[in-house]
Amino acid sequence: MIWDVDYDAPAGKLIAIVGPNGAGKSTLIKATLDLVPKVSGDVRVFGQPYEEQRTRVAYVPQRTSVDWDFPVSAQDVVAMGLYKKIGWCRPVTRRWRIEAREALDRVGLADFSRRQISQLSGGQQQRVFLARALVQRADLYLMDEPFAGVDAATERAILQVLRDLRSTGKTALVVHHDLQTVADYFDHVLLLNMRLVASGPTAEVFTEENLRRTYGGRLALLDQVGTRLAEGQ
Amino acid sequence: MKQLLSGLVVAVLGAIVLVEAHNTSEEGHSFRDWPITFSIAPQATTVAHAPEVPTANASPPTPPTLLSRLWRVLSLRDYNTRVVLLGTTILGITAGIVGTFMLLRKRALVGDVVGHSALPGIAIAFLVMEGLSPGTGKWLPGLLAGAFVFGVAGAVSVMLIEKYSRIKPDAAMAMTLSVFYGLGAALFTVVQKVPGGNAAGLKTYLSGKTASLITDDVWLFAVVAGVVLTVTMLLMKELTILCFDGEFAAADGWPVFWLDTLLIGLVVTVTIIGMQSVGLILVVATLIIPPASARFWTDDLRRMTLGAGLAGGMSSFFGTIMSALFPHVAAGAVIVLTGACLFAVSLLFGTKRGVLIHWWRQRQLRREVGRVDLLRAAFELVEHAVSAPIPEFDELTAHELSLADLLMMRTWDAASLQRLIIAAVREGLMHPTGKDTWRLTRSGAEEARRLARNHRLWEMYLMKYAHIAPSHVDRDADLIEHVLDPELVAELEYQLDHPDDEIPQSSHATSVSSLE
Amino acid sequence: MIHEFFQLLSGWSSLDTAIAGSAALTAMSCSLPGAWLVLRKHSMMGDALSHTALPGVVLAFLFSISMKQAGWVSAAQEDAFLQLFLFVGAVVVGVGTAWLTEWVQRLGRLEGSASLGVVFTAVFALGLLLIRLDVDNVHLDVDCVLFGIIETAALQKVPGTSIPEPVLVNGAIFLANLLLVVLFYKELKISAFDPGLATSLGIPARGIHYGLMAVTAVTVVAAFTTVGSILVIGLLIIPTATALLLSERLSVVLALSVCLAAISAALGHALTLTVPRMLFSRLGYPTIEDAGTAGMMSVTAGLLFLMALILAPGQGLISKLIHRLRLGLKISGDDILGVLFRFEEKTAMRPIDISVPALVARQNGMRPWMVSLSVRRLLRRDLVTRQTSGELVLTDRGRESAKSLIRAHRLWEAYMSKHFELPDDHLHETAHRVEHFIDDDIQERLQSELNAPTKDPHGKRIPELSDS
Repeated sequence: MIWDVDYDAPAGKLIAIVGPNGAGKSTLIKATLDLVPKVSGDVRVFGQPYEEQRTRVAYVPQRTSVDWDFPVSAQDVVAMGLYKKIGWCRPVTRRWRIEAREALDRVGLADFSRRQISQLSGGQQQRVFLARALVQRADLYLMDEPFAGVDAATERAILQVLRDLRSTGKTALVVHHDLQTVADYFDHVLLLNMRLVASGPTAEVFTEENLRRTYGGRLALLDQVGTRLAEGQ
Repeated sequence: MKQLLSGLVVAVLGAIVLVEAHNTSEEGHSFRDWPITFSIAPQATTVAHAPEVPTANASPPTPPTLLSRLWRVLSLRDYNTRVVLLGTTILGITAGIVGTFMLLRKRALVGDVVGHSALPGIAIAFLVMEGLSPGTGKWLPGLLAGAFVFGVAGAVSVMLIEKYSRIKPDAAMAMTLSVFYGLGAALFTVVQKVPGGNAAGLKTYLSGKTASLITDDVWLFAVVAGVVLTVTMLLMKELTILCFDGEFAAADGWPVFWLDTLLIGLVVTVTIIGMQSVGLILVVATLIIPPASARFWTDDLRRMTLGAGLAGGMSSFFGTIMSALFPHVAAGAVIVLTGACLFAVSLLFGTKRGVLIHWWRQRQLRREVGRVDLLRAAFELVEHAVSAPIPEFDELTAHELSLADLLMMRTWDAASLQRLIIAAVREGLMHPTGKDTWRLTRSGAEEARRLARNHRLWEMYLMKYAHIAPSHVDRDADLIEHVLDPELVAELEYQLDHPDDEIPQSSHATSVSSLE
Repeated sequence: MIHEFFQLLSGWSSLDTAIAGSAALTAMSCSLPGAWLVLRKHSMMGDALSHTALPGVVLAFLFSISMKQAGWVSAAQEDAFLQLFLFVGAVVVGVGTAWLTEWVQRLGRLEGSASLGVVFTAVFALGLLLIRLDVDNVHLDVDCVLFGIIETAALQKVPGTSIPEPVLVNGAIFLANLLLVVLFYKELKISAFDPGLATSLGIPARGIHYGLMAVTAVTVVAAFTTVGSILVIGLLIIPTATALLLSERLSVVLALSVCLAAISAALGHALTLTVPRMLFSRLGYPTIEDAGTAGMMSVTAGLLFLMALILAPGQGLISKLIHRLRLGLKISGDDILGVLFRFEEKTAMRPIDISVPALVARQNGMRPWMVSLSVRRLLRRDLVTRQTSGELVLTDRGRESAKSLIRAHRLWEAYMSKHFELPDDHLHETAHRVEHFIDDDIQERLQSELNAPTKDPHGKRIPELSDS
């Protein structure tokens, strides 16, 4: 569980969510998306309740969250990002397939659109997920560990996409695990360990002192009280 | 999808035409009067081995020969054969298509729970209808409605048990299945004792009542199947996203819970009408086996759905024909076994995930790995022999490679090395120059250079970025280079700032000695 | 109605005792291997085995009959051979099903439950086919296979005694299973809990898996004649599932599931004799005298599970409901005390014109009846008193209690303010939620970790406990 994250994401920035294992990074993203229950609090996107702004938010889940043996091609997966736009009961027509292929091209996978997804490398799979978020044409992108375990080509492709997004005024909140690259890749950073430790522009917040506070072990009392609170719910 | 839809329309139209055709011609000739019966109404109620007791099924008056029966069945001369075939085939197709999504949702056995849970519904519907107006107890839509209610109740119980206790899903399923089935078993003993309630007719729901299908039944199936298929086709996209990535679907605003509920509803419907052909105990087979078989042939969901429909239809069709040919044989069992045979064939020969193709690909991969190893060993041998840091092209083709030298390069035995060399000679990469000596051909030398280059780029990359000690690099590089595709090689060149055609020097002091 | 129940039950005969005893022993013998299936999350494997046992049984019958017909064995010996074949057939079927499932799963790269579904339906269908194909030779009734015929089976006595045959057979199986569980308790436990660890300790986890399958299949086949092929699954799984709701200790769960199995069987038969007649005579079917015992055993086991689900201490729905209610009362009581304390602190005055319970109800979104219930609780415990004018005031005891609460609240605010990046005006809400769960022990630790603060982040005094 995570406690009291009170954070206003600045629009038009790349924001990293950084913290140790079990710090609640994914939980924060999922709570934002209403995928896990919140004890209290609300999420506002561009000043409106999340429920009303769903279409402006795109989600890139962890690669391990799905069964890659599923009988669909890369292009089919990307088209899933368009399903909402296509609407109930309507087939995926040519127009949408072209749009999906264009998104695949943007992440450098134009030649792989017909390939079954298990025959892609881990990095390529990650890029397929990214392309699926791109076709949603959202304003806010929530990404869960997109850089985890990917090859160098993918890392560069994802980074390029992130920068393109920023240059068109989009915002991205990215769960990130590699401390080495935080300063290079991101404008803002959010340090998390069961609670928000610090947040703000990378240059100001990404300091040794703050990192020590973030990675300096779990707070035993938070754990203990959290367990009791959860039992009481 | 369009194909699928039109296929469905044809199937349903076919149903209507066949049924219509009969209504105007051969009225009053019931399937039950047909000399060949495949009903399995049990006569005694004990486990006794009593060969002296003759059974009702044993001797039809004058049994026609197998060939004439086969002809009779295949020519579809009998109206009843047509009705039965049509009915079971429609059921098979529908179950296969709906089952595809259940399989992909990883809830394959829900159909089992639903099928078994339906038993008390049939008994209760019978008792209610019989109680309201004696003699109407076996009205099919009523029985099916009862079965439907209890099938849904079974699925809901599993859900509730999972939600309100810490019982695991598998145990919740097993429990629900047996409690409902137990209730059904108890009620069936009751039904048997109801005046006028000959339970034999109801019992056919256990293992199918194919033999006694009538036109009205088939009409009902066609309508229900049509509805189920239409819903499935219309919601194909929504069901796909639900099965593939429910979390994404929820984040994207799809009503995941209701889609799940709808899918269960479809499964219950298919299970209930599917009981007619194979019985409630085996109905789960018609949901699982066809899609599982289809998966071996394709990586595409649309084709898999079509294939599952086809497999379901085929096993029902052929199963029904087989059981029409042989008396005593329960149609449900034969339909399931036909499906199982199709499954076995698919498992072996499936073009995408079949065992044989998988085995073949593995073999190809092993050969490819062997070829790469051989050529790179040859390259390193030449490199070691000549004084220049990187062997020239001519030197590569001029150098004589002996079996003994090559053997030193890797931990391989003489027999497998010789097999690799024979393959390389056949491919024109090497040519023999004497007993146990070979030279690289021009194309062999080119390939060897390319492979050695890739290998070393990868070594350099690992050392630069992955911080691996040089002594460990060679083995890691060996493992990965077999899967280096052009995209990755381009990436390596970019990362390492390496010009197009140059081969880097080996990172080991001397590549051969480091291997020893 | 209860009178009618016992009246009907008074017709209990020695046959009923035989039936109930056979059923109980069958259920007990099943519950032991079944318990491990549940613990290993292989319950549906039990379902599969109870189906695939069919062809094993049919083949055993066919073999023994053809041996007799060929004149190899005398009619007297035939029965012994049949038993032997049944046993061998069961082992083959058990191991075969497990092996085939694993094989199809691996080769076909299928999901486990899907491959199970393919295998067991196909094998069961084969069994049905075998019955029909050789219908002239052996009359093995489908009905019996599917539902069991305990009523008839209990009539068959062991030659020379008055012991019903199922009692002997299933009793022996039960004892054998009990012995196996006792002997291999440690190994079964560890391989159910963590197969990887078991293997690393030198315990053959695969061997145990296949052994369990073989034992389950033998038990299932022995239970065939009494409860039929499909109801066996209920006896395998339900008692253990119920026991798991009642206890968390493995040995207790095992003992409980054996007891529950026996109870469901005996009670099931008693219900068979009574409930159907009572029910159906009222519905206008006076001829109904009983229902099948086998089915009722399953239903009874299910009812016991349902009772445990609702009534079990700790885990049960009612106990959870009571827990929630108590917690709600505590929270609203705490909140009333807190509001009163803050009034005293701030103004040194009594809250005259505000209805405290109404305020608390509004703050927490609680139902008014809940809050007035907790007011009554506070009055009874002498934590508050009601003045003649109607408003509530703290007693001395109440003040102490409130002090501890406020202390917890403010210590937590101080703690959050130290560790969280949060504006100070966001602290209150969380502290308000958490304060009820911070006991003296945690307060002590907060106190020492924060170096005994005297003020909270808003500058309010953190009250001392009077005895410290």
